[in-house]
Amino acid sequence: MSIDWQNFTPWASLAGGLMIGVAAGLLALRSGRILGVSGYVSGFFEFDDEWTARLALVAGLVLAPLLLGAVGAGAVPDLDAGWATVIAGGLLVGFGTRLASGCTSGHGVCGLSRLSLRSAVATGVFMAVAMATVFIIRHLA
Amino acid sequence: MHPIFALLIGLVFGLGLCLSGMTAPTKVLGFLDVGGAWDPSLAFVMAGAIGVGFFFFRAARTRLAPPSHRLDPALVVGSALFGAGWGLVGFCPGPALAALAWGEPKALAFVAAMVAGTLLQRLLATLAGNDSHFGRRPGAAIEPSLRSAGACGA
Repeated sequence: MSIDWQNFTPWASLAGGLMIGVAAGLLALRSGRILGVSGYVSGFFEFDDEWTARLALVAGLVLAPLLLGAVGAGAVPDLDAGWATVIAGGLLVGFGTRLASGCTSGHGVCGLSRLSLRSAVATGVFMAVAMATVFIIRHLA
Repeated sequence: MHPIFALLIGLVFGLGLCLSGMTAPTKVLGFLDVGGAWDPSLAFVMAGAIGVGFFFFRAARTRLAPPSHRLDPALVVGSALFGAGWGLVGFCPGPALAALAWGEPKALAFVAAMVAGTLLQRLLATLAGNDSHFGRRPGAAIEPSLRSAGACGA
C-alpha cells in the first residue's frame, strides 16, 4: 500500500463531511427523521404523507451540483465502469441497501453517529466488501 | 416535515457530498483501493460527518426511537451486496441521485438499476411472505427497531 498524495484532499473532504453531518443532524433534531437516501429511493413508490418531503429532499440533493456548476465549481463525475458493470452495480446497490435497510447515509452517518451496533456491523461489512471488490478488480482480475 | 426545510437539508447534504469527493466515482474507488495507491480522503468525510453528527443525534435522542442493536442475516447479506455494487462502480445511493444533475447517461442507468434493485428485493420478500422490511403497509405492526435505524429514511 502507498498513499496517493496527489489526489489527497483532507480539508475539502472534512468540510464536506461536516456539512453532511449538519444536514443529517438538523433533520434528526428538527423533525426526528433519519437521513437515509436508500430509504428515499425505495420510498419513491410509497405514497404516504411524507412523500412530498422526501421528494423535496432529493430535489435539494440534485440541485446542489447544479448550483455548483452554475458558479463554475464542481466537475462532472467520471464513470470508468462499462455499461454492464454500471447496471449490475446499480442492481446490487438497490437490492442490498433495501435488504440491509440502509446505506452509507442511514447506517454509515446516522447509525454510527448514534452508536447503533446494527449500523456499525452494516458499515463494517459494506466497507470491507467494497474494498475487497476493488482489490479483486484492480489487482487480481 | 415542511418541504422547504427538506429541500434545504437536501441542498446542504448535496453540497457536502460534492465538496467531500463522494460524488466522484474515481475518488471513491481510490479510497476503496487499499491495495494500490490509496487516497484516504474519504475517511475524513466519515470523521467530519460522525464527529458533528454525534452531538446532533445526542441532542435529538428524545425525538428518535432508540437505535437498534438487532443483528440478522438480512443486514449482513444486504450490506455485502451493497458493498459489492459500491466497489464495482463507486456510487452509493446519495451521490448517485446527486449525479442525476449532470444528466450523464451512465449515472441515469445506475439510478434506474438501483430503483429496479429495490423493487426486486421487495418482490422477492413479498413472494417469500416476509415483507416485514416494509412496515409502512397500512395497519401493519411496525417494530420500533425497524423504525429507527432499520427504516433508513423513514
